[in-house]
Amino acid sequence: MSENSLAALPPVGKERKVVEFDSHAINFGPQHPAAHGVLRLILEMDGEVVERADPHIGLLHRGTEKLIEYKTYMQAVPYFDRLDYVSPMCEEHAFALAVEKLLGIEVPERGKWIRTMFAEITRILNHLLNLTTYALDVGAVTPPLWGFEEREKLLEFHEAASGARLHANYFRPGGVAKDLPSGLEEKIAEWAEKFPKFIDDLQELLTSNRIWKQRTVDIGVISAEDALAWGFSGPCLRASGVPWDLRRAQPYDMYEAVEFEIPVGKHGDCYDRYLVRMEEMRQSVAIIKQCLAAMRPGPVKVQDHKFSPPPRAEMKRSMEALIHHFKLYTEGYHVPPGATYTVVESPKGEFGVYLVADGSNRPYRCKIRPTGFSHLQAIEVMGKGHMLADVVAIIGSLDLVFGEVDR
Amino acid sequence: MAETQTKDERLQALIARVRELPGVSAAVIEKGEAVAYVARDALLAVMTRLRNEEPFRFEQLMDLCGVDWPQREERFDVVYNLLSVSRNQRLRVIVHTDEQTPVPSVHTLWPSATWWEREAWDLFGILFAGQPDHRRILTDYGFEGHPLRKDFPLTGYVEVRYDEERKAVVYEPVRLTQDFRTFDFISPWEGMLTLPGDEKVHAQRLAAKEKEGET
Repeated sequence: MSENSLAALPPVGKERKVVEFDSHAINFGPQHPAAHGVLRLILEMDGEVVERADPHIGLLHRGTEKLIEYKTYMQAVPYFDRLDYVSPMCEEHAFALAVEKLLGIEVPERGKWIRTMFAEITRILNHLLNLTTYALDVGAVTPPLWGFEEREKLLEFHEAASGARLHANYFRPGGVAKDLPSGLEEKIAEWAEKFPKFIDDLQELLTSNRIWKQRTVDIGVISAEDALAWGFSGPCLRASGVPWDLRRAQPYDMYEAVEFEIPVGKHGDCYDRYLVRMEEMRQSVAIIKQCLAAMRPGPVKVQDHKFSPPPRAEMKRSMEALIHHFKLYTEGYHVPPGATYTVVESPKGEFGVYLVADGSNRPYRCKIRPTGFSHLQAIEVMGKGHMLADVVAIIGSLDLVFGEVDR
Repeated sequence: MAETQTKDERLQALIARVRELPGVSAAVIEKGEAVAYVARDALLAVMTRLRNEEPFRFEQLMDLCGVDWPQREERFDVVYNLLSVSRNQRLRVIVHTDEQTPVPSVHTLWPSATWWEREAWDLFGILFAGQPDHRRILTDYGFEGHPLRKDFPLTGYVEVRYDEERKAVVYEPVRLTQDFRTFDFISPWEGMLTLPGDEKVHAQRLAAKEKEGET
């Protein structure tokens, strides 16, 4: 209220007093350490309490979908690493499966096992980053210090398999880029024995930590009905008590052949979302062990050289192999007309690719269904009536990555 | 739901039920996925039944997007990807529209539709009737045009930089230091289907293709 309008009011008697409501909007981000990237959140506050939350996204919009329309199918794969850069291989997985579906090709068994295993390694990679930085947002510094060390071990496996720590470009339509180097399987097996100990340590730091529980229990509660209506998926949906996991319900690659449990929460609050992810890491380790046990030597990509490049040694001798290689890396393959909406259970939830092919060597339309998009949209419902600091906890618990939300 | 039913049978049963709904012009199975084409005016009624009634129960709208086909009279496809968690089934609903005609908004059925509709408006310029929040979402504040339309150039029209003299961010027409190149990979050998004297083979090939399309 300005001074002029105050002056116009009748004077207040001694027995009464003026209470001014402090309602104002604040700008959370786009440069804020707890915004997990470039989220701009306009918060209408009533004192410390959030009345309205209006997320502005798109600050990291790079036009990925448009760019993919101008690239061949193989050139489109690396764009998927750059969407959700915390779980790159799972994003590639969706695109690879979509293209395989349209082409009608079947990946050899070893290729499928490798993809399943690396999808789970990526899941742990993602959850390690999310849970520990989420804890950092809420004030705990030790978890990220410990978690990043573990993450580095996993990134070494990424590097050994694909040559890159983060932007792997490893899952390709038709299989994986190359077979695992010798000795990697043993290293992963050794790691899988040790890792559960780390989960125990992390759990000891947080699960029964009083401060952690004060900040997360009963914060950002969302009911199962609301979670469904707002398009939730993955751990956020399961924390609300809906036992829905695409790996079980609509299995792809080798998920049908592995055994694992699906942790489900009860209350749908920030604490349950944390617990679900913790348990998912344990289940992922179990899946990785099963993959290692079931893996047999064999081809890792389709043997039809119209879709996957021939081995380099062959190219030195065979003219046909040379032609295949040349055609694949210039023109690429032509995908028959059709459309598919293919989904995977990425660490964050349902990640989908709606791919429309027109028979040429480039996708006609490639719509990417980001997971965090719907989660972020519900922040107003979840954050209403909470304190400003709780919004930070909610953002952390939703596991947002803006490369994916903004595309 | 009988567990003896295979995935394929369940899909067939779903398609048969969807086809019966008034307003559904066609329902087909494409690559193992159920697809329904719905008339624009009937969209809200069809969606309401798909959401609330047995045996559909599509509790979730997972994705909504546009596809641009500029050569068509009604150039846009609006694609809704529905998911039923309780019945473990998916359905793709497709509606056609053009630049002027709005599509009924489904945000009353699924609140998550709001952002998807804002995105479709932002990237394609598809209008949604009854959508209270019709702002842009992904592009810059004050952006002009709809970038995912096929007639929008990949490079865009403006580029942005910080001007040291004016102490402000300025927008300028795009200047490319190297010409934008797209390569035509349509092979002349595959495009040429009839070799002189080979017409009979070509006719047979077309007949075989048609037969394949029917099955």
